[in-house]
Amino acid sequence: MALFNLHKNTFKHGIHPPESKDETSGLPIRQFAFAPVIILPMAQHIGAPSEIVVREGQEVQRGQLLAKANGFVSVPLHAPVSGKVRKIANVPTISGKMSTGIYLEAFPFSTQEVLEGNPIDPDTATPEEILQGIQDAGIVGLGGAAFPTHVKLKIPEGKTCETLIINGVECEPYLTTDHRVMLEQEADIFMGIKYLLKVTGAERAIIGIEANKQDAADHLTKHLPKDLPVTVQVLPVKYPQGAEKMLITSILGTEIPSGKLPIEVGAVVVNVATTAEIGRLLPHGRGIQERVITITGPGVKKKGNYLIPVGTPLRFVLEQVGVDEEISEVYMGGPMMGMAVSNLDISIVKGTSGILVFTKKEVNRPTTIYPCIKCGACVDACPILLNPSKLGILAKFEAYDEMVSDFNLMDCFECGSCTYVCPSHIPLVQYFRQAKRIVRKREAEKKEKAHA
Amino acid sequence: MLKKTLDISTSPHIFKGRSTNQIMKNVVWALLPVVFFSVYSFGINALLVIATATFASVLTEHVLCKISKKETTVGDYSAVITGILLGLTLPPSFPLWMAFIGGVIGIALGKYIFGGLGYNVFNPALVARAVLQAAFPVAITTWHPAFLPDRFSSVASSILTLPFMEPKFDAISGATPLAAFKFDGITTSTAELAFGQISGSAGETSAVIIILGGLYLIARNMMNWRIPVAVLTSAFVLSGILYLINSEVYPSPWFMLFSGGLMLGAVFMATDMVSSPITPIGLWIYGGIIGILTIVIRVWGGLSEGVMYSILLTNAISPHIDSVIKNRVYGTQQKMKAA
Repeated sequence: MALFNLHKNTFKHGIHPPESKDETSGLPIRQFAFAPVIILPMAQHIGAPSEIVVREGQEVQRGQLLAKANGFVSVPLHAPVSGKVRKIANVPTISGKMSTGIYLEAFPFSTQEVLEGNPIDPDTATPEEILQGIQDAGIVGLGGAAFPTHVKLKIPEGKTCETLIINGVECEPYLTTDHRVMLEQEADIFMGIKYLLKVTGAERAIIGIEANKQDAADHLTKHLPKDLPVTVQVLPVKYPQGAEKMLITSILGTEIPSGKLPIEVGAVVVNVATTAEIGRLLPHGRGIQERVITITGPGVKKKGNYLIPVGTPLRFVLEQVGVDEEISEVYMGGPMMGMAVSNLDISIVKGTSGILVFTKKEVNRPTTIYPCIKCGACVDACPILLNPSKLGILAKFEAYDEMVSDFNLMDCFECGSCTYVCPSHIPLVQYFRQAKRIVRKREAEKKEKAHA
Repeated sequence: MLKKTLDISTSPHIFKGRSTNQIMKNVVWALLPVVFFSVYSFGINALLVIATATFASVLTEHVLCKISKKETTVGDYSAVITGILLGLTLPPSFPLWMAFIGGVIGIALGKYIFGGLGYNVFNPALVARAVLQAAFPVAITTWHPAFLPDRFSSVASSILTLPFMEPKFDAISGATPLAAFKFDGITTSTAELAFGQISGSAGETSAVIIILGGLYLIARNMMNWRIPVAVLTSAFVLSGILYLINSEVYPSPWFMLFSGGLMLGAVFMATDMVSSPITPIGLWIYGGIIGILTIVIRVWGGLSEGVMYSILLTNAISPHIDSVIKNRVYGTQQKMKAA
């Protein structure tokens, strides 16, 4: 359909939820207070949990290694504050599972000077050294997925990376962290791109930004370094453009084959805040200690974009910013894909991009579920071009095999667009999450049986 | 101090805020001008027929829910739509007891036995009309003239026929433009057709008002525009070809487009979401088949009108269209870029 290409510069389908970013997009990043006790789960990234290298009672300095990476798909963890390891025990996480973790008591009057490690010079370091440096800094995808960045940057043999895409889309409503990072940390971003270009061998870098952050695009364009092959591309606003697949289609016009990674089309996508973190930490050999988080939502008194130490307990954060008495739901991440918090004793992790607080009034969850009337709204919304209506009916009948073989269930990345638009209020994406989990479990069981 | 318990829920946490009963309500709003025009041109008769069919539909839905010990689903407004649509397809002087039976059949046989809203294979209003046409062939083809001077003061005698009695029709009765053409070779001008200066079923006589209702729903994104466009285009093209071949025998495509129930069917019946396909290509095929079948029945069939049967037949193949025509999923069947 090249004749009527209505999808120029963006992917097909998608939705336009209210952006709700105005209240925080203009607020500069502010340093958050240090909590008296920091709680650090070892499983705060995808992959093997970090392995603790300190003991109870030990005094540690800010930036000191607390836990090392346990294998390739794992990252180390550094002390976000100077203090004393009070306890090593199980700590709660957002998923409800417990994880081994460290309770770190902060020294109240410490200078909080940061310990430095091996600096990595962007001009002289080899790609392997940079890759190692990125892992050593404990860097994971800060957009929310928390996937170890160095794993993504390791180009498989036989593949080449032509384009490095820096993801500054931030398509989730309410969140403005990437927006502020782009406005305030341009030098770090470009330094990060310098490292990333070298490590991937890409010929060019493109920073993708949605049109609702035109000021950030202008700011970065104005400061583009002359010695780097970087360009800024402004994209129409549409959810879920921040998803890797969608962003690649928007920028390069190609699709990633089903079940494959971006490198299949010669691209690697890195979040803009992750890029800034690489550019800031590697020259000093430091590890991640803090990250920018948007705290917003109708239930929050002091909304803003805060630089918060990793491990800060959620309860402490909410007490500091002040919340409405009638709060009913708290989400970590954006309102489309973020998880609801059941327990305020969990802590901020590296992947926490936002904290949303809704009161009873704003939680507008529809209560009546009507039958599917096949209106096709979900079909028109799904960015992967699936048929959520049919998948939903099959899920009801537990026809999981058919969902996978005939309707590409496993290509669903759970963006929630179908559920957002469904006039019958069918929790489609929840059906698909469950179905995917059951399918994966069955496959694992099958494999186990074959081995036995 | 912070609250101890929080509610939890799965993502997404925000919603578009549209609901199925809101869509259904809007279809009712879009139908109301058609109802008003029908009452304006046919008087109290049309009002009584439409009201009876609607009352019967809603009552049947409510009673069936009660019998099966479920919460009543009258609130989703779909029974109201079925009733109004049925009323609009009936002749304005149709005996009320027959219209009532139609309403019962539409909901009971057209929808409820399939499992209620969302599960019906056929458009319930058309199922009802098909049954009525088979049961009462005379009553359903006896047309009442439009714009009678006493239409707001008197009621046609046929309309108040006692249940299970043979209706007596008034001496004057008008032929529909399609019947006039088919059986007597008389054509009606397009302007008369568009503005409803004709006889016909209660709701099919003003194409312009029907189109406006459809545009309202399309603008609110509550109707898939592909269906009416496909139906009307295919009907227009096929009748246009026939007209070009022999304009003596075949009527002009404009006449075909604006006469009979084609406009009402294309805009309000074929677009029933439940009984139509879901993919864009599937919708084009579905609409195209309806348009072509309508013309085929009108030109070569024994009936003067073919919209009802063409929609019902295409409803039947709609699930099969969906199982054959699927969206191309992102990242599949795609030429891979040389890496």
